[in-house]
Amino acid sequence: MHAGTRVVGGRPANTRSGTHPSDRLGDALLRGVCLLAALLAVLAIVAISYQVIHGARPSFARFGLGFLGHSTWQPNFGVFGAATFIYGTAVTSLMAMLLSVPLGISIALYLSLMAPRRVRAVIAPLVEMLAAIPSVILGFWGILVLGPFLQAHLEPFLHSTLGFIPIFGPTPTTGSGLFIASLILTIMVVPIIASISRDLFLAVPRELQDGATALGATPWEVVRGVVLPSSASGIAAAAFLGLGRALGEAIAVTQVIGAGNFIHTSLFQTGDTLASRIADQFQGATTRLQISSLFYLGLILLVIGLLANLAAQLITRRFDVSKVAAR
Amino acid sequence: MTDPFDAPLEDLPGDADLADPPDLSGPLTPSGNLRRRQMISRFVGAVQTASALLAVAVLGIVVYSVASRGASVLSFSFLTENPPAFVGLPGGGIAPAIVGTAVIVALATAIAMPIGILTALYMTEFAGRWQARALRLALDLLNGLPTIVVGLFVFGLLVVGHHQSGFAGAFALAIIMLPLIARATQEVLLLVPTGLREAADALGVSRWRTVFGVVLPTARGGILTATVLAVARAAGETAPLVLASSIYANKVSINPFGHEGLPNIPVYIFTASEEADRYGFARAWGAAFVLLMFILLVSLASRAIDRRTTLSR
Repeated sequence: MHAGTRVVGGRPANTRSGTHPSDRLGDALLRGVCLLAALLAVLAIVAISYQVIHGARPSFARFGLGFLGHSTWQPNFGVFGAATFIYGTAVTSLMAMLLSVPLGISIALYLSLMAPRRVRAVIAPLVEMLAAIPSVILGFWGILVLGPFLQAHLEPFLHSTLGFIPIFGPTPTTGSGLFIASLILTIMVVPIIASISRDLFLAVPRELQDGATALGATPWEVVRGVVLPSSASGIAAAAFLGLGRALGEAIAVTQVIGAGNFIHTSLFQTGDTLASRIADQFQGATTRLQISSLFYLGLILLVIGLLANLAAQLITRRFDVSKVAAR
Repeated sequence: MTDPFDAPLEDLPGDADLADPPDLSGPLTPSGNLRRRQMISRFVGAVQTASALLAVAVLGIVVYSVASRGASVLSFSFLTENPPAFVGLPGGGIAPAIVGTAVIVALATAIAMPIGILTALYMTEFAGRWQARALRLALDLLNGLPTIVVGLFVFGLLVVGHHQSGFAGAFALAIIMLPLIARATQEVLLLVPTGLREAADALGVSRWRTVFGVVLPTARGGILTATVLAVARAAGETAPLVLASSIYANKVSINPFGHEGLPNIPVYIFTASEEADRYGFARAWGAAFVLLMFILLVSLASRAIDRRTTLSR
């Protein structure tokens, strides 16, 4: 930083005439390199989509859209269908959302409105640290620690008390299944929803809350009448981001879901999701058609993943929580 | 549910019922039940506290499970030896996986960091409003992509027709790190005071000198934090590596361009978790412990950097 300190008649820096040629070159070069990097980022999305579509082509030519509704997956006979995995993805993600949205919101309410400052300074980082645990470790813990526990205690209990609902069937011999997969996904999604919602709640104007309190509202009535309504769209965006995460999680789900080939009503039975089937079968895949069918599953995943994230972005476009969401 | 603001505003403790729906046309007379409302409020407060404690408890249980099982495996030889040649044998270590993960993540960082920072620079220093918005959308979508899809991409691009390699794995991880670094860096660059840039302009400093002399040094702490967090995220990423770098020999290798993948900790744990071998489980707990400690320490460290530098969130 020594040269370039000439005074140049008050023009904005980037339209200066009579600058040193090296400076003009430097400006152009930096701009070009930055543009190139930015284009690479955009190109990545296009290239990923292209590659996945390309890989799925043979399978698409063979099975067409019927792939989506077909529940047979028999590599030995060259018959592939995605219905079981779409079902598994839908059930586990739905369960995870049902659990993690209320949990995440109430954690966020605690952290933003209830907790004393010192307690918040300890608990908030801990909740975020939950998101930092690698999925492979969470899945490993799921098989060896959570699974046996669920199998011995929670699942029999749910079956005996709520067994009249078909989703709570008898406990099979393995600890794997849709239920534990949903719980693992919940653990992954809760910190996402909690940390975004917390920042949303902290941004709700203090005067509105004080106004409600002054009118005689109890703390919960302030939350229900002021805090939640004014951050509803942001919470929806957070939920969609969490959903995107739950839909696409491959490894932890593969470890605990049991790689089932059939659709079961009971949550305690095994199943498989789109992402986990890819992770599970890719190494053992032998035929070109099987690999292509796995790419087809990836294509479905890409589409629904992009849709969930686009939904979140469209909502946040109006209410700028994306700053928080990018974490 | 009645809206709380339709309910009467003052109340006498002990009023018995909430049976009458509030008559909006009537005069404001106390008819609700304050005690009941406060009990509900207190109950919900307890639920909120309980959920926060639940989250902390889950973190505690997971970390404790990993630490209690992993720490007993941990020893000097565990960190420096190769795993046994066959499944089902005790002893051995995870040295190849540690070295491989270090190489893959370092390479991924070397790819993603410059591109990420330059992308962020383009968004804050050069792009118009429309361009910046489109780029932000692209990066957020890239960030939200299922990582297994990134793995499929790299498989189709680099592995099909060739072979798995550490580089393929690093390339996949770089795609995952790129949006994290770029978006976080962008946020930090936006925090660099406009006054500094204007001062440089007023002195006639050219744009590129301003960027390298003023903007980047001011934002250095925040950029470092962003990168470190991305490293923590990439170190534990498994799905793309299963497709890109999961077939390997169990010996230490530092060549990411070899004829097979590089061993790495996430895939090691994943593979062990699929095999019913108690010695394999024990080594996997040890590997999980090493990985988790690394990630938690790095996250804590980045928090510390974050707090010390003024220009970061």
